[in-house]
Amino acid sequence: MHSKWIYILVMFGVTYLVRVLPLTIFRKPINSRFVQSFLYYVPYVTLSLMTFPAIIQATQSPIAGALALAAGIIAAWIGAGLLPVAAICCTVVFAAELFLL
Amino acid sequence: MQDIAGKRRKELLSQGFRDGIPIGLGYFAVAFSLGISARNAGLTALQGGIASLLCVASAGEYAGFTLIASSAALTEVALMMLIINLRYMLMSLALAQKTDPKMPFFHRLIFGGAITDELFAINIARPGLLEPFYYYGAMLISVPLWAVGTSIGIAAGDILPARVVSALSVALYGMFIAIIIPKARKSKVIACLIVICFAASWCAEKLAFLQGLSSGTKTIILTVVIAAAAALLFPVDKDAEGKGEGGDA
Repeated sequence: MHSKWIYILVMFGVTYLVRVLPLTIFRKPINSRFVQSFLYYVPYVTLSLMTFPAIIQATQSPIAGALALAAGIIAAWIGAGLLPVAAICCTVVFAAELFLL
Repeated sequence: MQDIAGKRRKELLSQGFRDGIPIGLGYFAVAFSLGISARNAGLTALQGGIASLLCVASAGEYAGFTLIASSAALTEVALMMLIINLRYMLMSLALAQKTDPKMPFFHRLIFGGAITDELFAINIARPGLLEPFYYYGAMLISVPLWAVGTSIGIAAGDILPARVVSALSVALYGMFIAIIIPKARKSKVIACLIVICFAASWCAEKLAFLQGLSSGTKTIILTVVIAAAAALLFPVDKDAEGKGEGGDA
């Protein structure tokens, strides 16, 4: 059994290298249209994958999560920014769970 | 000149800070429950807080704490960190493309250490080159809340009522939605991608033969497959960033 600090150091070391090596080594612009398009789509794909169904599992009641998803999409569609959309989602869950639980 | 640069930096810092608030709130709620698993691994509030400050990785830390609880070998911990954090490598590559080659090198060593799904997303979604000071502003609020949330989770178990944790936990997803939806409005490809991703990630969760994979691995596989398919079918024009990608696509 190792000291907790050694575990933490290993966790940090590997995580840091995974993050920083590409940023510091691959510094030339990519010219491949495929790679550029791929990298363009990655964040939208990852964020979508992480949003659903996670949002309906994060709340105590799945219905509250689904309502928050719907409210968030509508608010973002009509132009609300990051903080307002996040606040609306939280409020919807809090209010919905008052009735649902 | 120096004053103008300094003013711009302050502006970027405060913009980043503002956009980092919902991220920080989401982090706080998630870190709180992460703290409970850190406590099970026998970490003190200080150790958990520092682990979160350094690693800033939800799935990675959770996996790490679980391994610590079972007194795993250090090599196993290292391998797990490599695999579970692979998606950060993709993000780092994407950020490298968006980073000004003339920017002082040390910036890469600082913001690179805080590449998370959320901080990546708000930075990559900004038009133009990456602004390190915008990144720092967002880090300044979100990373400490992540660390403090972990410590409090360890020290106080269930200090917040379940109702509040439940409500706070969707702040993070609300933020994701706020990033992807405005783009979906402009681009039918992105709009369809979002629907496909929702369906795919729901299926990945339900399909029995995928049960053995961690959710991090599923996210990696689905991200690569779906983004590669989209890139093949709907390649983006070189300078489409921010304008024409919504055209026929």
